[in-house]
Amino acid sequence: MPSVRMPELIYLDNAATTWPKPRAVTRAMARFMEKVGANPGRSGHRLSVAAARLVYQARQEIAALLGCEDPLRVVFCANGTAALNMALHGLLRPGDHAVCTSMEHNSVMRPLGALQQQGVLVSVVQCSSAGELPVEAVEHSLTPRTRLIVATHGSNVVGTLFPLAELVEVARRHEVLLLVDAAQTAGAILIDLRRTPVDLLAFTGHKALFGPPGTGGLIIGPRVPVQEFPPLFQGGTGSLSESEYQPDFLPDKYESGTPNVVGIAGLAAGVQWVRRRGVEAIRAHEQAVTAHLLSGLKELAGVTVYGPDDPSRRLPVVLFNVDGQDPALGAHLLDKKYGIMCRPGLQCAPVAHKTLGTFPKGGVRFSLSAFTTRRQVERALRAVAVIAGRR
Amino acid sequence: MKTTATIFLFPSVSHVLRAESLLKAKGVRCKLIPVPRSVSSDCGVCLRVARKDAGMAAAALREGGLPVLGIHEI
Repeated sequence: MPSVRMPELIYLDNAATTWPKPRAVTRAMARFMEKVGANPGRSGHRLSVAAARLVYQARQEIAALLGCEDPLRVVFCANGTAALNMALHGLLRPGDHAVCTSMEHNSVMRPLGALQQQGVLVSVVQCSSAGELPVEAVEHSLTPRTRLIVATHGSNVVGTLFPLAELVEVARRHEVLLLVDAAQTAGAILIDLRRTPVDLLAFTGHKALFGPPGTGGLIIGPRVPVQEFPPLFQGGTGSLSESEYQPDFLPDKYESGTPNVVGIAGLAAGVQWVRRRGVEAIRAHEQAVTAHLLSGLKELAGVTVYGPDDPSRRLPVVLFNVDGQDPALGAHLLDKKYGIMCRPGLQCAPVAHKTLGTFPKGGVRFSLSAFTTRRQVERALRAVAVIAGRR
Repeated sequence: MKTTATIFLFPSVSHVLRAESLLKAKGVRCKLIPVPRSVSSDCGVCLRVARKDAGMAAAALREGGLPVLGIHEI
């Protein structure tokens, strides 16, 4: 019987979670499970201290990567969504006004929707049909009751980058807090909190930081009034055990319960890998493969590509549609026939698709990573050409 | 008994590790040890420095903005 050759698998769903991960990530996680295993900060024995060191090293790695001067300002959460929820629910009260953009993920829109029902006022700044943010519109939407501006740093749907420095400038000038969703950008784009002091930066560990799923966090800047910012949960922290009240210091105030140390150990290795390789080098590679993908897709008849043309103004996230074809069918064909894995539909961001004019059908999203090769992009382009030809 | 070392107590193990890294950056030798029973019944950890370095350590921690819960000679 002739053997059936399976195509080489091409993973283009890195905006959902990056894969593969650097080998060091798996090794660090295995090392923790086999050699450490203990609960950090709950005791003075050697393995507990070793676990606490691993967690602290992860804080240091993240702080160093993102230019945060105090590693204790790095608070770990279950994921980016948990970090965003903590900030939004912790800081906004009925009667407060918050400003967000029309490119946000549901991890921002849904908590804001729930808060709106409790009396928080929300303005959504309209972005362009390419998904770009007019910062002056953010400024115009501020009112005396505005407490918070919340904006993504880079769109998970179409890859558009938002101008961080300008957002920081507006927030500082008007004395409102700025919460940035850096789920797609932390590790992919240079972020230096010394130069762009974002008040609250929510990150996820499992995307461009190359950690495992179940990791993420919030970096809480010095302008945030921690006393007026309650955590979502209270519980054991390993500190002030004699008290029945939650500690009021960072990071313990926001880190109740046993942390995901195995995940955090992997995350530290992922961030270390990113720092060794260098964000600029990763960015240069991702920009080059993205430019190749964009130009190839644009040459294909019957394919519509969304977002800005200039690869320097976007993440390695590309949204397209084959005219007249359901994105889910296209993605299914790409997977089944060509081993190309991507994400069709709305990517958990309906408001972003409304902005781009692709709601409700959405689009096919290819998202690349530091591991994506030019050859894989070429194979993906040939596959799209075929599925576009047979629509 | 003559005391030879000074211990610094902090609110949490994260603070102890932050303190350790600040002191190392300043060239102050320190060791992470369980909190002695004579000081606290808590089972956490603290930092021990040589008594002669205690002043320098305290200054480095102040400069780093780190809260110190207590300083004891042992």
